[in-house]
Amino acid sequence: MYHRVIERLRRALPAGAVLSSTEELKPYECDALTLFRQTPLAVALPADEAQVAAVLRLCHEASVPVIARGAGTGLSGGATPRPDAVLLSLARLNRIIGIDPLGRTARVQPGVRNLAISEAAAPHGLYYAPDPSSQIACTIGGNVAENSGGVHCLKYGLTVHNLLALRVITIDGEVLEVGSAAPDAPGYDLLALLTGSEGLLGVVTEVTVRLIPRPECARVVLAAFDELAKAGRAVADVIAAGITPAGLEMMDRPAIAAVEPFVQAGYPLDAEAILLCESDGTAQEVEEEILRIETVMRRAGATECRISRDEAERLRFWAGRKAAFPAMGAISPDYYCMDGSIPRRRLAAVLQAIRAMEGKYGLRCTNVFHAGDGNLHPLILFDSNVADEVARAEAFGGEILELCVREGGSITGEHGVGVEKINQMCVQFGSGELETFHAVKRAFDDRGLLNPGKAVPTLHRCAEFGRLHVHGGRLPHPELPRF
Amino acid sequence: MIDLQSLQERIRAAAGDRRPLCIRAGGSKDFYGGPRAGELLDVSGLSGISDYEPTELVITARAGTRLTDIERVLAERDQMLAFEPPRFDGRATLGGAVAAGLSGPRRAYCGALRDFVLGVEMVDGRGELLRFGGKVIKNVAGFDVSRLMAGSLGTLGLIAQVTLKTVPRPRAECTLRFEADQPRALEAMTLWATRPLPLSATAWHDDLLHVRLSGAEAAVRAARESLGGEIVSGSEEYWQSVREQRLQFLMAADELWRICLPARCPKLPIEGRTLIEWGGSLRWLPGRQDGNSLRALASRRGGHAMLYRASVKPPEGSFAPLPAAMLALHQRLKAVFDPHRIFNRGRLHPDL
Ligand SMILES: Cc1cc2nc3c(=O)[nH]c(=O)nc-3n(C[C@H](O)[C@H](O)[C@H](O)COP(=O)(O)OP(=O)(O)OC[C@H]3O[C@@H](n4cnc5c(N)ncnc54)[C@H](O)[C@@H]3O)c2cc1C
Repeated sequence: MYHRVIERLRRALPAGAVLSSTEELKPYECDALTLFRQTPLAVALPADEAQVAAVLRLCHEASVPVIARGAGTGLSGGATPRPDAVLLSLARLNRIIGIDPLGRTARVQPGVRNLAISEAAAPHGLYYAPDPSSQIACTIGGNVAENSGGVHCLKYGLTVHNLLALRVITIDGEVLEVGSAAPDAPGYDLLALLTGSEGLLGVVTEVTVRLIPRPECARVVLAAFDELAKAGRAVADVIAAGITPAGLEMMDRPAIAAVEPFVQAGYPLDAEAILLCESDGTAQEVEEEILRIETVMRRAGATECRISRDEAERLRFWAGRKAAFPAMGAISPDYYCMDGSIPRRRLAAVLQAIRAMEGKYGLRCTNVFHAGDGNLHPLILFDSNVADEVARAEAFGGEILELCVREGGSITGEHGVGVEKINQMCVQFGSGELETFHAVKRAFDDRGLLNPGKAVPTLHRCAEFGRLHVHGGRLPHPELPRF
Repeated sequence: MIDLQSLQERIRAAAGDRRPLCIRAGGSKDFYGGPRAGELLDVSGLSGISDYEPTELVITARAGTRLTDIERVLAERDQMLAFEPPRFDGRATLGGAVAAGLSGPRRAYCGALRDFVLGVEMVDGRGELLRFGGKVIKNVAGFDVSRLMAGSLGTLGLIAQVTLKTVPRPRAECTLRFEADQPRALEAMTLWATRPLPLSATAWHDDLLHVRLSGAEAAVRAARESLGGEIVSGSEEYWQSVREQRLQFLMAADELWRICLPARCPKLPIEGRTLIEWGGSLRWLPGRQDGNSLRALASRRGGHAMLYRASVKPPEGSFAPLPAAMLALHQRLKAVFDPHRIFNRGRLHPDL
């Protein structure tokens, strides 16, 4: 049967657009969550929307699952293949369809890289605000599927806040136009529902994003602290003072030590934590805000505050933050990046609790993250060649996520659930909510063919994980067989 | 005070008998959307702020809480609701505001109501209490059902409690006025939006363009100097009346149409007075119109028209129609949350 699907794909797509040999499939066996690897049934590389629809229709008819893939930079295994599923790469749909400088919009195909949009808009003094650290590689289609964030989302919002319209193809090949260039499109807000749906509801074939004017100027304050808790409090104090920085990031001591040799950003090596706090706007506005930020930092106990004097220095301050992930690769054979979010006022306590877990799991953990919006990225360092370190890293990560939920936060701030956090979904949601998610999925894809098994756990899985929340002592839908 | 449990029981009973329910709190939006059908389910007693953490910029309140009460509490801490929802003589409640999804003058520059929704607790059509989203700014676990509630007009469930992101009040604000005919005003608003200016509202009618600037002292001053125009003092009241559609010529009409258009859409070939907001993306048209031709015109320009307020509600519904595949998907989603179709039947669409 699978053979026939590959044959039919070959007939539907141009030459070279279907990969099926072991060698060709190798590069697609995982996304950036490399802990999980699988070989897909085949990879389809359509070049336009009609070909995407053809692939979907064909797989729907044959009841073969389909997994969409952008650049494969996802960190939760959203694009992890399955041996029984076609991997649908959107990489060849990489055209910028049009930039409307006066309307401040860009219409692009899903395989366009995030940064390419801002580059194309730059001559008009405009840019696309959400800037994941992976922006040179990740695609806008992937950003929509994950509702990705970035350093500047604190002030300018996440992907969902910067989208106007989508073209989406459902599993049966039907085209949906969702949202519109005009505000308040009629009907339900499907644009919000589809954003962050991790490729479970439809395949995005076109995206219209909002562009915003590039601010005149930006400066950054680098504040050093001799205690993690003080840095955590400073974050809450900045927000409480009514300041909305363009970005507010934290790095702890091990992270500083790892990146400094890499980039010579000039970070103070004796600090327990540093904060990078950016202000943007007109020159006068930035000057006014930077002063206020510095005052708050000093009052919160900063041992040192440096303000970028020019653009070169601003970029140098950020260089360390941006190089954090590659730098970890140099100090540890493997690392595992977590993504919980918490209320900002709990930062200090949660960071300390994570410190305390290091001993329990016998692994080091370092933190480089979007502090301003309470989005933690603990990086658990391990060596996959050492017996049971993978298992310990996963258990460590799981405990951090459960702590985030207990603190009133979420198991994922921006990386998505994918295959990685599927068990922790049973901690964050009860059976009623999970049932609703499955029903929403069925409303779009009644046979469960799009990215099956990701993002939403079955109740059966939660029961096995021992975390099925039962409402009022009743099992949900007792009439249903337990699967 | 009423408790949620008794509401859940009533919903379960209504679902059992397939009895339609009409969810209502302040009644400020009785005029909005399709006709009200079914037995009254009054949620105005479900009120009160349950959690407000100014340092987190997050507030949680029960659905029947009046917006004016929420805004008063926020103002004490120098914060506000950025999307400036209409309060309709103070009767509008949080649940109703989210259900209607209406945003005010600041929407074009700071975001819509749905952009500030962080979490929702709701009762579905089986009487089950469900919680989506949460109290943190960043949260991508599960499908975004809380934002789906915004603008659903109560057709998916009873909104019991909502968590919103708040914002600091701008440190400085200033309104400028320019004399301009419609084409010139549209052009000016379009051009300004491409520059990094601290715009927070624009409104044009009767050959006068009002522009509100909000932000840091220095930014507002610089923008004021660069834009020129005449400074309007005491503009607070003016923006209130725009926010609530209380300008005299809008109130006097027995029908009010609301047309949403892409940015930079030129003047529409329609006679009569009009109020333009959101940099040109929102246009209010008082008085009787031929609905079909107005909807067709808006659609040709990439937008949509709706009958916002009318003495007689049209049988085809107030909103722009949905294409067949879209309507079918809406019906399937409605069935997910409200399988017996008991909530606010026909309010958003005759077939929902
Ligand atoms: C070094 C590094 C730094 C990162 N920094 C950030 C960060 O700062 N913020 C952040 O949010 N993320 C970050 N990420 C995560 C990742 O880059 C984002 O999740 C990104 O949006 C994924 O895009 P992609 O094109 O690589 O998608 P993929 O990884 O290919 O796919 C991601 C998901 O989207 C689905 N998908 C892809 N395209 C489509 C489509 N057209 N239609 C429907 N579904 C689709 C896939 O099925 C999958 O579920 C980082 C990753 C790395 C490796």
